[in-house]
Amino acid sequence: MRTVFRGLRPRLMASFLLLTLLGAVAAAGASYATARTLLLEDAQDGFMNPFVDDVREYAPRLTVPPAQQDLDDFASFLRSRGVVLYGDLRSDNGPDPSFIPQEMRTALKDSTTVLWQRRTDMADPYVVVGIPLLKPDGSRTGVEVWALTDLGATQRAINSFSTAAWVGVSLVLPLALGLALFTARGVLRPVRRLGTAARALGSGRLDTRVDERGSDEFSDLARTFNRAAEQLEASQAASRRFVADVSHELRTPLTAMNAVTAVLDEDADTLPPDTAVAARLVSAETRKLTRLVNDLMEISRFDEGRNLLELDDWDIGTAVRDTLAARGWTTSVDAVLPEGVVGRVDRRRLDVVVANLVGNALKHGGTPVRVEVRPGVVEVSDHGPGIAPEALPHLFDRFYKADTARSRSEGSGLGLAIAWENARLHGGTIEAANAPSGGAVFTLRLPW
Amino acid sequence: MALVAMVLLVEDDPSVREGLGLALRRQGHDVRAAGTGEEGVDRLRESRPDIVVLDIMLPGIDGFETCRRMRVQAEVPIIMLTARGDDFDVVAGLEAGADDYVVKPVEPRVLEARIRAVLRRTISEPSNVERHGTLVIDRAGLQVLKDDAKVALTPTELKLLLELSRTPGRVLTRQQILEAVWEHDYLGDSRLVDACVQRLRAKIEDVPSEPRYVHTVRGFGYRFGPR
Repeated sequence: MRTVFRGLRPRLMASFLLLTLLGAVAAAGASYATARTLLLEDAQDGFMNPFVDDVREYAPRLTVPPAQQDLDDFASFLRSRGVVLYGDLRSDNGPDPSFIPQEMRTALKDSTTVLWQRRTDMADPYVVVGIPLLKPDGSRTGVEVWALTDLGATQRAINSFSTAAWVGVSLVLPLALGLALFTARGVLRPVRRLGTAARALGSGRLDTRVDERGSDEFSDLARTFNRAAEQLEASQAASRRFVADVSHELRTPLTAMNAVTAVLDEDADTLPPDTAVAARLVSAETRKLTRLVNDLMEISRFDEGRNLLELDDWDIGTAVRDTLAARGWTTSVDAVLPEGVVGRVDRRRLDVVVANLVGNALKHGGTPVRVEVRPGVVEVSDHGPGIAPEALPHLFDRFYKADTARSRSEGSGLGLAIAWENARLHGGTIEAANAPSGGAVFTLRLPW
Repeated sequence: MALVAMVLLVEDDPSVREGLGLALRRQGHDVRAAGTGEEGVDRLRESRPDIVVLDIMLPGIDGFETCRRMRVQAEVPIIMLTARGDDFDVVAGLEAGADDYVVKPVEPRVLEARIRAVLRRTISEPSNVERHGTLVIDRAGLQVLKDDAKVALTPTELKLLLELSRTPGRVLTRQQILEAVWEHDYLGDSRLVDACVQRLRAKIEDVPSEPRYVHTVRGFGYRFGPR
């Protein structure tokens, strides 16, 4: 039960159905009861009132004690609607007195008022009426008039009325169900939209907004969501701006330092040993710092959307071969580069991606490193220990280091993040996985 | 092969000026430095350098304006130092007339390579004087005449024109042109070619928007051929 009614939609539908059923049954039941009473009373009164009136009208004319003839005349006057009894005598016309229940017969012996009873011990319900005739002083004469009327037709009318009520209820239920669905949709659509937007926001798309038109509670919620997203976006933009500004401020001093690293390197041999070590250290670290700042600037340009694609048709195999050759990797990498795989790419960015993936494989993976170009795919695989499963989802995060033992990597820690951004700029992806035979496999997929 | 040149370095930051000056001097160049664009333009007039290395972010007139003013004075090659590597800076610098650009923080190695490439004189060839329409290209004398008047081309523009006109009617890709003219070993910025073609057209075409000599072949590159 709990699982069935967990969703808002089934809960709403169940509530609607229950409410409708209760309402319809209550309304139908109440009107049925009222109608039944009214109809039955109407039928009873329609028979009893004129009958009692007739009896009262004739009563003064009756000689008491009556003879058989008197009883017959009386019954004739009543048009045989009732039977007239006196002691053991009974009128010839009128219904057979066997219909009179014994307890009513007994009760009427002491009664000075009209007795009646609705009975259901036959196929159709009927009403039995007993009228005692009184003397002018109010004492009993001993003459009784009994009659009965059949309520079958009335009962049938009531039955058809109740059938109609049930039909009405059963017609209203699907309507209620439809209304419940409609309402559920009206409620759930904004909820679902908000859910989708929240997921998008959570996955990093901070420019996600929802439609906030309207003045109901959902619009309020939507506005709150949008404000929150705006603030998130603004704070992210501010922190990115900060990184960009810091990197930019570092550029000028780095340019000055970088310009003289070559001088330090060249003259280190002529310096006292300690000074030489210091000079080489400063020189090497300056170059690393330069790489880091360059990578930070590149990431900042991606974040600010200032990097543009310069697309052209290129032979991918040739492009990858050039990338390997330019970095002196031709002999250390096992390359499968068929000619004729042409892609529409930004060649400089493709170079960055391939260089990063291959460089990464050479540094962290085991030889032989293999590069294969297929239509739409560049695959870089190594034969190293592979990637720890818990590291796989974070490989393309900025400054993520799969090997925590390594305090500081050779690169900036941004290489794979930049490769990933470059792939994304192309509308492509990079996937990292472990090959079944061991080793890591990076697959660049581009829509070329 | 040491290629010694007189370099005018226009850079407002004293440390960068000193550092780059030292690096360039170590390569054998004669370096003159200026701290502002105005000073740079004055120095250009006085010392007639072989090449200008020009920072974009300068106090007073910026690098773009400095570049334009220098272009009016001389056909000296100009290499821009862009601080951000922004596309905007690059495009604006090339439009202002720069021959090439280097992104800060500058690798001295890269700057030296660019300087050498820009400075490397086009070797005069013992070939005949070619006539293409109203254009006369003298490969031996390294000059270009249009309607019998000498056209003032920067070294890069001249190299580009000589390269294109070497094989009239044949399409050269931007990459081929980059390798031949700018000596960018691989993956150069093809906007260098586009900007230089624009400048060249402004000088040799009658109507630069309807070129007779340097035709764009969409998606491939450029083709030389008078029509």
